[in-house]
Amino acid sequence: MRQTITTIMLILLLSLLLTGSGICAVSDSFRESIYNPGTLPPTDSQLKVKVGDIAPDFTLPAVSGKTIHLKDFRGKKIVVLSFVPAAWTPVCSDQWPGYNIVEDLFKKNDAVLLGISVDNIPTLFSWTGQMGHLWFEVLSDFWPHGKVAKSFGILRSTGISERTLVIIDKKGVIRYINVNDINQRPPLETLITELQKISKSK
Amino acid sequence: MKKNRLIHVTLLLTSLLFIFSSCTNLSLTPHPERTPTPTVGEPLPEINLTSPTDESIRNYLGLTNITAAAFASAQIDCEILLIEIFSMYCPFCQREAPAVNKLFKLIQDDPKLSRQIKLIGIGVGNSAFEVEIFKNKYDVKFPLFADADFTIHNDMGQVRTPFFIAIANRGEKKNQVILTKLGGFSSPDKFLRSLTRRIEPPVKGEN
Repeated sequence: MRQTITTIMLILLLSLLLTGSGICAVSDSFRESIYNPGTLPPTDSQLKVKVGDIAPDFTLPAVSGKTIHLKDFRGKKIVVLSFVPAAWTPVCSDQWPGYNIVEDLFKKNDAVLLGISVDNIPTLFSWTGQMGHLWFEVLSDFWPHGKVAKSFGILRSTGISERTLVIIDKKGVIRYINVNDINQRPPLETLITELQKISKSK
Repeated sequence: MKKNRLIHVTLLLTSLLFIFSSCTNLSLTPHPERTPTPTVGEPLPEINLTSPTDESIRNYLGLTNITAAAFASAQIDCEILLIEIFSMYCPFCQREAPAVNKLFKLIQDDPKLSRQIKLIGIGVGNSAFEVEIFKNKYDVKFPLFADADFTIHNDMGQVRTPFFIAIANRGEKKNQVILTKLGGFSSPDKFLRSLTRRIEPPVKGEN
């Protein structure tokens, strides 16, 4: 019995050690503090929403201390939701700093950006602090764990969310969904092009 | 007892064989295509870039006679080529942008240095659209190129960003790395001094 357990433990340990790693350009801002989870399956969940659906409403706490209700933007702003899988990981750590320098492109299209992660507030506070001052709200979908990600059908079996972009128009209707390969950053031009289309169509 | 041990050893070996055969990208073994990071005294792998269409950039790089869609960094007309490996998504690169702009201005304001040193930036993992955003946001005056598929980044040993590499672009040491710097430089003046110290005195009779 003891031998069997030892054998299984050895196999598990080796499996963990031999995980592959993806390519990314990690900023020196984060130095050695980024954990590399290796190459993950591109997607691992089943969408529960589609373009044309009313977006599931949610209320989440933000790193800023505010409480954000999705319905508060109804009739006022286009909402872009950027779900990232986890704090302190390579691709996620540079996705939002990129969005941080294109505030004007969001404003021009009368849109707000909400960053969402399943991490808790203290973790998100430390992590986003490395990115400099972010102009957009960062929301914690930590507890009940991944409830919002789950309502969209983008919570993976491992408890992290898919790398997903959702654009919701002023009527609260989902107009664009991109569940991206979790190992890669979604191209910015696609997001901006979609945003412009939605903004122009009213 | 002996039979039990044999079963366990067989189970372990079979599992190990399975794990090794199913892993395509092993983090414990060096990546076969991974190039070492640029090192002073060593040659830098050739960098191929998309030929700029902007006339002022072509003039700056001395590429007025280039008609091909791509060119090699060795074709840039200068003694020293300073390359900034950056990403539009990198917060450190964003913060460093004004200092790099100042460095460029210091070089351009000096008639001699402006002929000797040329500065380019390579946006790793960035599309042309993303590089353009960075250029406009920080009013970057020196040429920036996109490395959307990480080809150049891989050739540079997947360095963290920003990373500065200076290479000799003429003479016997052509293509040899003469200076590297990871992260930002505290002072553009100081960084420029450390760079100019590496410029070799011209050979007699050479302009």
